[in-house]
Amino acid sequence: MRFRRIVYGAAGVAGLVVVLEVVSRTGLVDDTALPPASTVLREAGRLAVDQDFLVDVGATLKAWAGGLLLSVLVAVPLGVLLGSVPVLNTASRALVELCRPIPSVALIPLATIAFSTVVQQKMALIFYACLWPILVNTLYALRDVDPVAKESLRSFGFGTPAVLWRVSLPSAAPFIATGVRIAASVALIVVISTELVAGGDDGVGLYLNETQAGGGRNDLLLAGACWAGALGLVANAGLIWLERIAFRWQSARSEGVA
Amino acid sequence: MLQITGLTHSYSDGHVAIDSLDLTVADGELLSIVGPSGCGKSTLLRCIAGLIRPTGGRITLNGAAVDGVPDDLAVVFQDYSRSLFPWLTVRDNVALPLRRRGKSRAERRAAAQEALESVGLPDAGRKYPWQLSGGMQQRVSIARALAYRPSLLLMDEPFGSVDAQTREDLEDLVLQVHRAEKMTILLVTHDIDESVYVGDRVVVLNRSPARVHADLPVTLSADRDQIETRGLPEFVRLRAEVGRLVRGGARIPGAVPAGAAGGILKSDIRHQKGVGPDTMADSESGGTRPTR
Ligand SMILES: Nc1ncnc2c1ncn2[C@@H]1O[C@H](COP(=O)(O)OP(=O)(O)O)[C@@H](O)[C@H]1O
Ligand SMILES: [Mg+2]
Repeated sequence: MRFRRIVYGAAGVAGLVVVLEVVSRTGLVDDTALPPASTVLREAGRLAVDQDFLVDVGATLKAWAGGLLLSVLVAVPLGVLLGSVPVLNTASRALVELCRPIPSVALIPLATIAFSTVVQQKMALIFYACLWPILVNTLYALRDVDPVAKESLRSFGFGTPAVLWRVSLPSAAPFIATGVRIAASVALIVVISTELVAGGDDGVGLYLNETQAGGGRNDLLLAGACWAGALGLVANAGLIWLERIAFRWQSARSEGVA
Repeated sequence: MLQITGLTHSYSDGHVAIDSLDLTVADGELLSIVGPSGCGKSTLLRCIAGLIRPTGGRITLNGAAVDGVPDDLAVVFQDYSRSLFPWLTVRDNVALPLRRRGKSRAERRAAAQEALESVGLPDAGRKYPWQLSGGMQQRVSIARALAYRPSLLLMDEPFGSVDAQTREDLEDLVLQVHRAEKMTILLVTHDIDESVYVGDRVVVLNRSPARVHADLPVTLSADRDQIETRGLPEFVRLRAEVGRLVRGGARIPGAVPAGAAGGILKSDIRHQKGVGPDTMADSESGGTRPTR
């Protein structure tokens, strides 16, 4: 089953590569606008050992991880606070719903004024974008903790902090992790957009901009884009893998082992 | 001593689950509580455990009003599978409450293992609750309560999911720890036989809202035996009486009216409210299990 999925998936990717190659080689589309897939893949291979590009990737990853970590450190405790104090919960609900839909990229101009270095700008925008999915997932997860589980611990004389630490948080953890995973993919979009718009010294977004200087090399642009996609794919798969291991009880239970 | 006077509880949706219920339980007593499904038994236990604040009346434990969860209490919840923590192993589930006892990690684990053995699950410690059958999970939640060695133990239909043989073993286990630890036990059950076999006293609640419909002392010797005790004429008489009372309290259409059901009826039965047509879905018709 799993083997078949991998084979079919690979066939799908190969099919797309072939179609793009044909479209470009036959002149259906101008090959400077859409270079042949084989050229793009060759350039992508070259980029993998290109020192300058690796520095760009490193800078992007650093801002990405830093911003994400910052938002986890703020959003989870904030979610716990808002989720466990009913007054704060009600008071903050409208605010959360209001701020959440604002796209981070819309705030790039503001960030460029507020922060002097591009690294800070990137981190601040990632932080803003990631805050909401993590905060909202934390809030909903805490609201949905089974009251019987909480009562069980309370009935043995444990107080509110112990119930929060030993029941609410473990039971909410899988949903918080899902929020972090969603945030991670949002963060990748934000960091590259910011690099495209705000510039700076290093970054995948910067590299993409540079490919367009003096004539424009779309093969290089697409090769860079492939790597950006690969980063997102690896991060997502890695986080799913971690979730599976850490929250085995969750998946096993919902699959109805017992 | 546990003293309940005029206990009333209505849920926020307006449903009155308990209506001025009076009950006194002496220290070291094992009280069986029987009553039809949905009559308010779980609500009563939650009030005693201080998990919900009743809307009226008074509960005192050893003279002090119950305001919050009393010390030295353990509850076996009816929703046993929801009351176990799926992210902890069975052994850690049982050991967790013992943190309140100031025991070391090794002591907690040893006590947990001992409790698991007493409920017949010596090899389940390393498993997770969701890897066990319903009956085994139920036994884990009993083991958790027993390991804690409470002075007041509340059990809400604790043997509902186990097979008949295990059920008898667990009934005897409860009798044994009750005698050894001298704890006060309130055991809610659907099973009329069980209420008589296990109890020092049986309280029958009537259909929603809960009130004490009848209160019978169990006039059997403290030493009980699954085969012998159940064959005694006195046991058979008590069982029939509780059965009649439960039916009376359940007010099944066509059944004997409550007041005429016999037994030691509370004197306040004449001003019972809620005699009108049942608003509840009566899926388990009176909540009695067929007697064996
Ligand atoms: N949280 C709740 N909110 C509203 N009604 C409830 C709640 N819990 C129980 N009830 C109602 O109160 C009544 C008594 O419930 P319960 O104490 O669970 O009965 P029992 O344990 O005797 O079966 C039932 O009619 C039930 O539907
Ligand atoms: Mg119940």
